Amino acid sequence: MPEPISRASHLSVIEAGVKPPAVALHDVVLERRGKALVDGLTLSLSTSGTTVLMGPNGAGKSLTLRLMAGLIAPDEGRVRWNGVETTPSQSVALVFQKPVLLRRSVRANLKHALKTYGVSRIERPRRLEKLLEMGELENLADRPARVLSGGEQQRVALVRALAARPKLLLLDEPTASLDPQATAAIESLIRMAAQNGAKIVLVTHDRGQAQRLADEIVFLNHGQVAEVTPAQRFFDAPQSQEGRDYLDGHLLL
Amino acid sequence: MQDFGAAFGEAFALIAGLDAGLMEIIGLSMRVTFSAVLIACVIGLPLGAVLAVGRFPGRHILVVLVSALMGLPPVVVGLAVYLMLSAAGPLGVLQLLYTPTAMIIAQAILVTPIIASLTRQVIDDLHGEYDELLRSMGANRVGMIATLLWDARYSLLTAALAGLGRALAEVGAVMIVGGNINHVTRVMTTAIALETSKGALALALGLGIILVGLSILVNAGLMGLRKSAERLAYA
Ligand SMILES: Nc1ncnc2c1ncn2[C@@H]1O[C@H](COP(=O)(O)OP(=O)(O)O)[C@@H](O)[C@H]1O
Ligand SMILES: [Mg+2]
Repeated sequence: MPEPISRASHLSVIEAGVKPPAVALHDVVLERRGKALVDGLTLSLSTSGTTVLMGPNGAGKSLTLRLMAGLIAPDEGRVRWNGVETTPSQSVALVFQKPVLLRRSVRANLKHALKTYGVSRIERPRRLEKLLEMGELENLADRPARVLSGGEQQRVALVRALAARPKLLLLDEPTASLDPQATAAIESLIRMAAQNGAKIVLVTHDRGQAQRLADEIVFLNHGQVAEVTPAQRFFDAPQSQEGRDYLDGHLLL
Repeated sequence: MQDFGAAFGEAFALIAGLDAGLMEIIGLSMRVTFSAVLIACVIGLPLGAVLAVGRFPGRHILVVLVSALMGLPPVVVGLAVYLMLSAAGPLGVLQLLYTPTAMIIAQAILVTPIIASLTRQVIDDLHGEYDELLRSMGANRVGMIATLLWDARYSLLTAALAGLGRALAEVGAVMIVGGNINHVTRVMTTAIALETSKGALALALGLGIILVGLSILVNAGLMGLRKSAERLAYA
């Protein structure tokens, strides 16, 4: 008896087109030592496309990504992913600003990821080769990962995240200290992931990068959302005072 | 003084001639020490890792206890193992007293806290660096510990070598539970102690030279490991 009921309710959800947003933060508060670092943050992101998080240093961008990844739990409010409370899982991958690579070769780093993500032993070699190719890492495969250049390390970290075939890819200033060439390589990997249907949430201070990749801009300040604006509009006509000040400051540099 | 010079000469002759008695003693020393360190690694590595990564009540007390046990006086460990294994003791039926097995047990007890404690420190540091990454990848506890142990392999080998050094040089515990019986439980350190007290300096010196040589070897190994770990950025 319970089965038809659940099937019916499932159908009705689809028919009604009620699809929960990919990421939903609702009134999220995160406190450390009595200070609210994230202060009532509410944000819904759709299941596809690229959202760029911008905002001054200390705005809470990295913490927001950690909350989305389920690495930290909010003190108040809810963080949900596809309607359920987030816990770390392989459908969400996070690339840290400073890549954390294992003390192993590039190949072994990727192998470890595939194993951790539960890819079967038989399938691993094929997937591994594809990942190396994707990141143009074939010639670096047997080098110790931690002696590579910054750009190469970030490529390994990003390709490793893609090994999970994540539905949500969180990127924290992935090109912050890279030259234009290395930046272009990272951006093309991000574009590819987006084309494959992954939802991208990217933190960057690079205005050009935001314009190249973003569908929408979420501007954070003091642990709150100042505005959510389509990308084309944001750079011409930011909707919030904070956004305007930030962009003016940027232009003055 | 002439005796002394002669003793040195004789010692080198014993070493160069691969004297059977000398080799037997060295062989047993190696067997006991390596077995003890192996057992200590099998217990100490996972124990240290769990103490670093685990979150359970009593963990802090256990951490303090294990690091306190690092400084155990060998004679006390020898005495405790003696009491356990003696005919009247709880494990007396096993009849292990005055066997190499008893010596391995005593040394394993001495070395395990060293390895566990060093492992805990090393894994604790690495955990700080890897925790968010591994959690974000959805790694479970076992996977996490395995990753940390493997990535700390150079530092852990260093810890194992430190344990080896301690076991190799140790005399008090093996003397008590082994009894220094010729052809059965006589190892380098106990033989040196005995031969010196008998005034048979040649054998004592020969063993002493080899012991120092081994200790230099262990330290050279430590340095080599550290160098290559740094070169590969695996340190
Ligand atoms: N674990 C922590 N404990 C205390 N303060 C923190 C912690 N993590 C971050 N912060 C503070 O929270 C604020 C937001 O941090 P973060 O999200 O890293 O900013 P950003 O937008 O530059 O990425 C900063 O002021 C930072 O110093
Ligand atoms: Mg940040």
